[in-house]
Parts: sequence; C-alpha cells; structure tokens
Amino acid sequence: MHNKTIAELSAGLEAGEFSSVELTQCYLERINSLDEQLNSFITVTAERALEQAKNADAQRAAGNAGILNGIPLAQKDIFCTKGVKTSCGSRMLDPFISPYDATTINKFNDSGAVMLGKTNMDEFAMGSSNETSWYGPVKNPWKQDAVPGGSSGGSAAAVAARLAPAATGTDTGGSIRQPASFCGITGLKPTYGRVSRYGMIAFASSLDQAGPMTRTAEDAALMLNVMAGMDPRDSTSVDEAVPDYTANLNDSMQGLKIGLPKEYFSQGLDDSVAKVIESALQEYEKMGAVIKEISLPTSNLAVPTYYIIAPSECSSNLSRMDGVRYGHRCEDPKDLNDLYIRSRGEGFGPEVKRRILVGTYALSEGFYDAYYVKAQKTRRLISNDFNQAFNDVDVIMGPAAPSTAFNIGELTDDPITMYLSDIYTIAVNLAGLPGMSIPAGFVNGMPVGLQLIGKHFAEAKLLNVAHQFQQQTDWHMKVPASFK
Amino acid sequence: MQWEVVIGLEIHVQLSTKSKIFSGASTAYGAEPNTQACTVDLGLPGVLPVFNGEALNKSVMFGLAVGAQINERSVFDRKNYFYPDSPKAYQISQLYYPIVGEGYIDIDLEDGSQKRIGVTRAHMEEDAGKSLHENFHKQTGIDLNRAGTPLLEIVSEPDMRSAKEAVAYMRKIHSIVRYLGISDGNMQEGSFRCDANVSLRPIGQEEFGTRAELKNINSFRFVEKAINVEIERQMDILESGGSVTQETRLYDSQKNETRPMRSKEEANDYRYFPDPDLLPIVISAEEIEAIRKTLPELPDAKCARFMQQLGLSEKDAKALTVDRDMADYYEQVQQAIGDAKMAANWILGDVAAINNKNGLEFKDCPVNAEQLTGLLKRIKDNTISGKIAKEVFEAMFSGEGSGSEGDADTIIDKKGLKQITDTGAIETIIDRVIADNPGQVAEFQSGKDKLIGFFVGQVMKASKGKANPGQVNQLLQKKLRS
Repeated sequence: MHNKTIAELSAGLEAGEFSSVELTQCYLERINSLDEQLNSFITVTAERALEQAKNADAQRAAGNAGILNGIPLAQKDIFCTKGVKTSCGSRMLDPFISPYDATTINKFNDSGAVMLGKTNMDEFAMGSSNETSWYGPVKNPWKQDAVPGGSSGGSAAAVAARLAPAATGTDTGGSIRQPASFCGITGLKPTYGRVSRYGMIAFASSLDQAGPMTRTAEDAALMLNVMAGMDPRDSTSVDEAVPDYTANLNDSMQGLKIGLPKEYFSQGLDDSVAKVIESALQEYEKMGAVIKEISLPTSNLAVPTYYIIAPSECSSNLSRMDGVRYGHRCEDPKDLNDLYIRSRGEGFGPEVKRRILVGTYALSEGFYDAYYVKAQKTRRLISNDFNQAFNDVDVIMGPAAPSTAFNIGELTDDPITMYLSDIYTIAVNLAGLPGMSIPAGFVNGMPVGLQLIGKHFAEAKLLNVAHQFQQQTDWHMKVPASFK
Repeated sequence: MQWEVVIGLEIHVQLSTKSKIFSGASTAYGAEPNTQACTVDLGLPGVLPVFNGEALNKSVMFGLAVGAQINERSVFDRKNYFYPDSPKAYQISQLYYPIVGEGYIDIDLEDGSQKRIGVTRAHMEEDAGKSLHENFHKQTGIDLNRAGTPLLEIVSEPDMRSAKEAVAYMRKIHSIVRYLGISDGNMQEGSFRCDANVSLRPIGQEEFGTRAELKNINSFRFVEKAINVEIERQMDILESGGSVTQETRLYDSQKNETRPMRSKEEANDYRYFPDPDLLPIVISAEEIEAIRKTLPELPDAKCARFMQQLGLSEKDAKALTVDRDMADYYEQVQQAIGDAKMAANWILGDVAAINNKNGLEFKDCPVNAEQLTGLLKRIKDNTISGKIAKEVFEAMFSGEGSGSEGDADTIIDKKGLKQITDTGAIETIIDRVIADNPGQVAEFQSGKDKLIGFFVGQVMKASKGKANPGQVNQLLQKKLRS
C-alpha cells in the first residue's frame, strides 16, 4: 500500500480496497518503526490523523469524496496548524501551539486529506541541508550519512522513504527543489503568488512559496489543484484562474523548445551530475523536443543578490519572535532588554543569527542603497534575463543542484559553499518563476534531480513536461533499500 | 542676540475607519484590553496584512483638501524597532513614497493677516498598542486594541515662527479633518496628536539651529505651553554660550517643563525597507477625481460664502466656520429663521459661552438647532424679549424640553414668560409706577430726561421682565409728558 501514488491510493479508496483509517494506520506504523533512522518528523499527530481518516471514510460513504479525500499527507512544520505545535524547526517556537490554521492547511482539511504530522526542516527554512533544525538533522533515506537537502528536508526524506505518500514544502531559494533532487522525488515550486502564504511562517516574504513534494508529477498536479488560488488574506497572492493541473499531463513533447542555459553547465557542476542531466535531455529529444542553448548572463549575480534580499527580509520578519507574546522566553529576565537579548539569543540557532545579522547590516542607514537597493536592481536584471530567454523557448532545463547530497557535517563550517548548493535554484525565486525538480538518474547510488523552469503561471506546462519524462523513465519509482 | 523661532509639526490623525488598516478587527475606542486584536494585530507567526482601502480614500481626501499632489503610486515600508507594544517589531508606514505630496494651508495670525504654511507630505501608517504601567506590580501590561489603527501623519514645513502660529496651524488641520469627516479629531482619546520640532537661530541666519522634538502633545493648550517652555530652555542655553542637543523630549504638563526622552546616541536606526507583504498602492487620476467630487465645502470656502451670501462680518464668519459642527448648526438655524445676524449673535454669544463654561464641544451642546430655532422665532415675533429668551435658553440647556422646535413654546407657557404686549395691561403697571414715584415724576417733568431709564426699569421689574420694552418706553413717554 505504501508504494502507491496518490492517484493510485485515491482509486483504491474509491474502489473500497482499503479505508482511509487503514491507510493512515499503515503510514503511522511506518513512521513509528522507521522514522527513528531519519528524524523526518518533528510532530506526529496520530490521534488527530485517525480522527480525520474516520471522517474522510464517512464522507466517502456519503458519496462526496474528492480526489484527496482520505489521503494521508505530511505538512512541513512551517505551516501554522491549529492546536498543534508549529515550531518552524526552531527552539524559539518549540512552545508555540498555533491558534489558527494556515490557508494551505485549511484547504487540505477541506479536501478531506489527513495530516500525519509536521515534518522537520532547517530552522525557519534557513539552510540547504536540514542541519540547522533545533530538532536535529534529518538523514537521507538513500544514505544515512548524507543530508536530505533543505530546508524541506523532512518532507523530502519522508516521501522518499514512503513514510507519507506526499508532503508540502516551501521554497525560498530552492528549499523544495534541492531536497527533492537529493532524495529522488518530485518537487514543484509554483509561481510566486500562486499559493497563499497566509499562515506559512515567513522567511523572506518576496521569495517564499509553498508547493507539493510527491513521488510523481501527476501527484504534484493533484496537490497543486488544492493548494493554488488567490487568497484574500494574502495581498501577494495573484488573482489568476486555477486550471485543472492534470488536464494537460499527456500533451505531446513534439516540438517542445527546451532552453539550456550555458551558465548552468560551466564551472562548479559535478561532471557525473552533468552526465545524468545530458542523458535526461536525450530522453526529451527522443520524444520530439528541440534543445537550444540559451544564455542567462546575470546568473552569477543570483546568489549574492539573494543573500542580501533574503536576510534583509528575514531580519525584519523574525523580529516578532521577541519572547513577549509567544514562543521561547528566557528565565527571570532582569529588564526588557535582557528579555529580548536572552530570549532571542537562546531561541535562535547560529545560521538564523548569521542571516539576521547580515540582513540587519544590509538595511542599516548608510548601507541600504549600496546593498538592498542595488540587490533589487540586480533582481530586476535577473528577471529580465529569463523573460528574454522565454521569448525563444517553452521551458528551461538544467541541474537542480551542482552535486548529489553531501555528507552530514561536510559543509557546516563552510557557509559559502553551502549557499552555492542553491546556485541553480535561487534565480528562479528571484524572478518569481515556477520550477520543478524531477528524478533523472543516480550517481554512486545517490539521486540527481533535473530542474525544469517555466514561464509565470506555466505550472501546467511544467507538470506536463515532467509527467511525459516519467512515462519514459522509472527513476521516480526507485525506492531506497531500507524503506522498500 | 535676537533669536528667531523655527517650528515644524508632525500631526498624527486617526482615520475613522470601522476596521483596522491591515486587519478586520474593530477600531472602536475603550474596549476591554486585547479584545479588539485579532491574529494579525497580535503579530502571530505567519499572519499577513491586508490593506483597508477606506484609509486610502480618507487620506486622498485630506491631500486634495490641502491642494497637495496625490501620488498615484505609494508604497508601504517597514519601520523596524523593538518595543513590547509593537507586536511585529516593525510599524508599517510610508517613508519613501507617501500617498500625499506637497500642499499647504493658510492660517490666520493675530494681527488679522494670513500666513501660508507648507505641508511637506502626509502618509498612512498603523498605530502601535499601549503599554500599561499602572496596576501591574513590577510588570508592564500590553493592550493591543489600538495596534493597527489607521493613522495619517501630516508633516509640515518648518514654516512657523511662534507657538501661536503652531497652534493656529494645528487648529486649521483639526478643522479640515473634521470637515472632511476623516477623523473624529478626539484629542482626549488620542485621535489627534502632535509632535513639534523646535529650534532657534539668530535673526537673519538662513541655516536652521539644532532642533529638539517634543513628542505626543495632545491638546492645543499644551502645544502652546510646551513650545514656549522649550523656546525658553533653548534660549537660556544659547544665550549662555551653550549648544542645543538634538534629541527627543517629553512635555510634562504638570511641571510645565520638557525633559529628554532619548538622545541621538540612543536613536534607533529604523532600517526602513518596502514591506514585501503589501503591494504598492495604485490609484488612478480618474479615481482621484471621483474622490475630489465627494469633498465637502471646506472652512475657507464656507467662510467666504457666509460673508458674501449672508453679509456676515469676516470675524463672525471665521468664528462660525472653524468647527464644522458649529457651522452646520448655524446654517440650520439661520435658514429656519431667515436672520443671519441674529443667528450668528446667539450662536457666537450665548451658545458658545455656555458651552465653553461647561467645557463642551459644539457637537455635544445639549440645545440642538431645532430648539434654538424655536426660541429665536419667539424673539422675532415678540412673544418674548431677548432677556427672557436667555432664561428659556438656560432651561433648555439644563435639559428641559424634548429636543424639538416646540420646546421654546412649552417652556414659555409653563413658566408664564410670554411677553405682555397688551397696551391696557402695560398701562396699568405704568400707572402704578407713576403713582408710587411722585418725586421722580416731578424731576422728569422738570427736564431730567435721563430718568426715563429709571421708569422703564421699574415697569420691567414690576412685569417680571415680560412687558414689551418698546411699548413700555413709548407708553411711558406719552403718560409722563401728558
């Protein structure tokens, strides 16, 4: 049962092969017995899940079950869930029980989906390896010495290890696509504004976007059908019609114009990863796609631009965690300053502090124009590059990450190299475009992801392109040996 | 040395929207602490602001009323600082692209001349909550009901040269926002507050002196006192060869002194940057014009009309139009009785006096326009004299009557105050007065004309003020000279 996709599970529920309660129990048992090895969940909400499953079964019996009715899902612990600890991977929010549901959680609840629990993540989504979590690192199911990627590492590991059929993630600079690549699953970061950010704890507001992390592109389409849409509570969500993302999955690849940015295949890319990407591209050529070299000349500006904008926004977004109203508060504060300094000093880990400091510096008087304003200008240039490229091609492809998963502890003392592991994903966030990572092969037993980048609101096209690849290949069907 | 005072004001006006500027919570004043603060106002993790368009309409109305440029694109910025009553640890404000650009108003100086004061800009922002220091032993309570209340901050040019000018400017802005109906202007509840930047420079010098900012002054009287006491303080420093420190100071109305709140060294770097949770506010020229059409007649225009159409003096017209409630009251009474001068005299005289004496705003005057209309009609038709009318008015003020135009008649009847206009009845009284005062009669008849006042007084007294004074005079003259 645990090797089925959402589409298959939904059909099984509808055919009465098993109930949602049975399905939920199956996954809860897997989590119970296997997650010790991975640490992919921060909170498992077993009781609540079984309650939801019971309701879902009743709903199905009453004849009004949608596709996701009764399907167990894991939610990244960045989404506020009413009555459940919502930690965002931080000691700061370890005591925080959210009094409200994020819009995404509401939508899944309304769809009848079951929440298995909340997945581990880099603290406040700041990290590329899941090592910054207050709850400890997550292990990669393919090799437990390796990181699962981050920040949605818990979600990626849980889906790869079949501890959940699918999960949610969020992506500010690659936090869905890079762990999807490292864990060999399908991850979609939608267009900025496609999915509501309400109730999703903000890291960098102008970049954050939630999306599905699944086994297949078809499942990602089913998830996005629920998640997408304008939300009156989020002014940055866009009032753009939501299509049925499954409708065009089977469109032909004949004549599809694929752009390969030459900058993505130059220095820094692991040779064996490059080979995997090249063979994936050959699959597309076989299906009738046309491949064309393009240039994104400002690619080298993406990482520095991101590391001004994202820390600047996070330095302000995280200021509300001050120990006054909720979250961690230090013991016996002497006065107000002591309360702030110790609560925040104890509540935040080193990577979060590093980014708050960088952002605070970049926004300070005298530096604002040189850093923040300039970064906004280069952000515009990066965006223009993509717009230019999309005049000639339908979709851009390349690696999702420069290497396969590195080992736990390997890069913790080298933040710059760690930051560079998001080099191919970050520009997509800066431009607000949709991007995916899909399993494309292996190097030394570790998965490699192919990144697909689309035009604004072209999620249906990306899902179609990904689905067609998955009709020809079975990389996405591979299961890590210890989790079969 | 001769010093010139330079003052600029920042006025915070609470916009009278039903819900907050970025959330659906109510803005009503005086609720139990933290009962009007929703998840957004509490700054919970994950919440997002959504802009209330009503605040935009009201801000644009203000901009148009002061002849300002309305910026078709304005942007919300975050002003970052830690304080317990600032739940997000930043205030959403507009620094770089405010909604209202440069404008001006004209104020009246004491010598009767006018002075133009520049409005630099006005921008929308959210208010903070309140820290409560009483009733919490060694602790501070936080009430977030006010957090997120919409404010319009109106920044003036440093154009004012005395505390009196500053007060005149503040009153004019107050008058305009009340006319526009964009704020209740209630100073006790903090809906209209002022920060004053005060500095001195030697007369003739172009360059400004170092300024001190006086924070949160919430009455016209205190603005004048605070500025004057700050001018004296700075003058003492400068005269004795010292220099003024740039700092924020607080006015203590009880001690009538200003003292430092925080100095420049401790000043915050607010790290302003555009709020990524909110889109730029865009308003088209057509939308601005549509708002312009909703503007009411403003005090200057109304004053000019009162002078032209109704023949009022400039002094009366100005006095009647400062407060929109007074002007509306006046117009209602004036139209009903058809006597612009009489209505003006009463409203600026007796009505204003008794309100002032009781510390009432015009809108809270217990005698409404219908009641006053009924009263003035009875003066005009000689049912009562002006003097008796004051007695009836006082009865109304102390709550007699039902608030309708008929109240005057009811009170006149009940108290038997109707004027005696019956010649026979007046003659009877006159005859008695003449009979009782033979000595004065003889003196009058021997040429001491001034005594007529004595006889009128006696007759009025005997009639308890009810005899028609004109008739009394006429009949007395006739009888005494016969």
